[in-house]
Amino acid sequence: MGVLEGRFGDNILITSVDKVFDWGRSRSLWAVTFGLACCAIEMMCTGASRYDLDRFGTFFRPSPRQADLMIVSGTVTFKMASRLKRIYHQMADPKWVIAMGSCAICGGPYWQRGYSVVKGVDQIVPVDVYIPGCPPRPEALIAGLLELREKVIMKEKVLAKAAQEA
Amino acid sequence: MTTEELLEILKAKFPGLAFELAATKPDSAIRVPAEKIGEVAAFLRDEPTLRFDMLMCLSAVDRKGSFEVVYHIFSMTNGHRSVLKVFVPTEKPQVPTVGHIWRTAEWHEREAFDLMGVEFVGHPDLRRILLPDDWEGHPLRKDYKTAEEYQGLRTAYDNLNDTPDLAWELP
Ligand code: SF4
Repeated sequence: MGVLEGRFGDNILITSVDKVFDWGRSRSLWAVTFGLACCAIEMMCTGASRYDLDRFGTFFRPSPRQADLMIVSGTVTFKMASRLKRIYHQMADPKWVIAMGSCAICGGPYWQRGYSVVKGVDQIVPVDVYIPGCPPRPEALIAGLLELREKVIMKEKVLAKAAQEA
Repeated sequence: MTTEELLEILKAKFPGLAFELAATKPDSAIRVPAEKIGEVAAFLRDEPTLRFDMLMCLSAVDRKGSFEVVYHIFSMTNGHRSVLKVFVPTEKPQVPTVGHIWRTAEWHEREAFDLMGVEFVGHPDLRRILLPDDWEGHPLRKDYKTAEEYQGLRTAYDNLNDTPDLAWELP
């Protein structure tokens, strides 16, 4: 924040508007209510009282217009692919996608012979965080969400990290 | 009521028809000539001593060369159950519908049509029920060949190093 920092008295913080917005966004990632297969059961469990996703500011909205986050929890069939794409396009920017479970990542158990299964939801929509597992436990989903939080706040840092690892 | 007893009743009621007992496990079944399944079903449902008022499941099996359509029926009134089977050749898989006798059959027949390609003659609305409308072929048939792609998305990957193309790049 450079030149302006420390020029004002106590209790006055200076930051860029984007940073404040990103911080706010990262703390209230509302997910669109939408489950596809067995992984969705685990996602519901994460949302319910035992794991209580509300603690992290994530809860499920019944409309894609009110959501920032799409958790693709389960098997994406070819028939569902066009619907899923439509839901994604109906969400307002900025928006993020989590691919939860092997099915959403690569087709899972249906990878080789599933005639009706899309082999990875990243062929249809861009994915921010991949959570492996069949199904991933609620802790894993929460870890994925926290990872996404990082990504929302610190885009540059995450992209640099990705480039370094590649 | 055992399947054998039911077979006797059917033979007495329809003397001209060739019923057969298929002694399969766990349930033995009665083989019914395909073209008469509608009449037999109506009789089974309406006869007061039988009253098979519920179709629990209708499914199709590919026997290579012929399709087997299996009807699991149950009587809620009398508490007995039985199994009927119908065989049709693969080249001309046509079976009369039983949708007007048991309404449940309508969706079950659509499923058997969708995945196995059995045609139910007289069905009011024989469309695909699970797969998309523009799908080609009937995937549960033994001779089904998976299409290369569907709407631009590849359907099959043969080895683990063969990875899908991403539709999206990092910014
Ligand atoms: S990854 Fe496993 S648990 Fe999740 S939807 Fe696929 S099969 Fe079900």
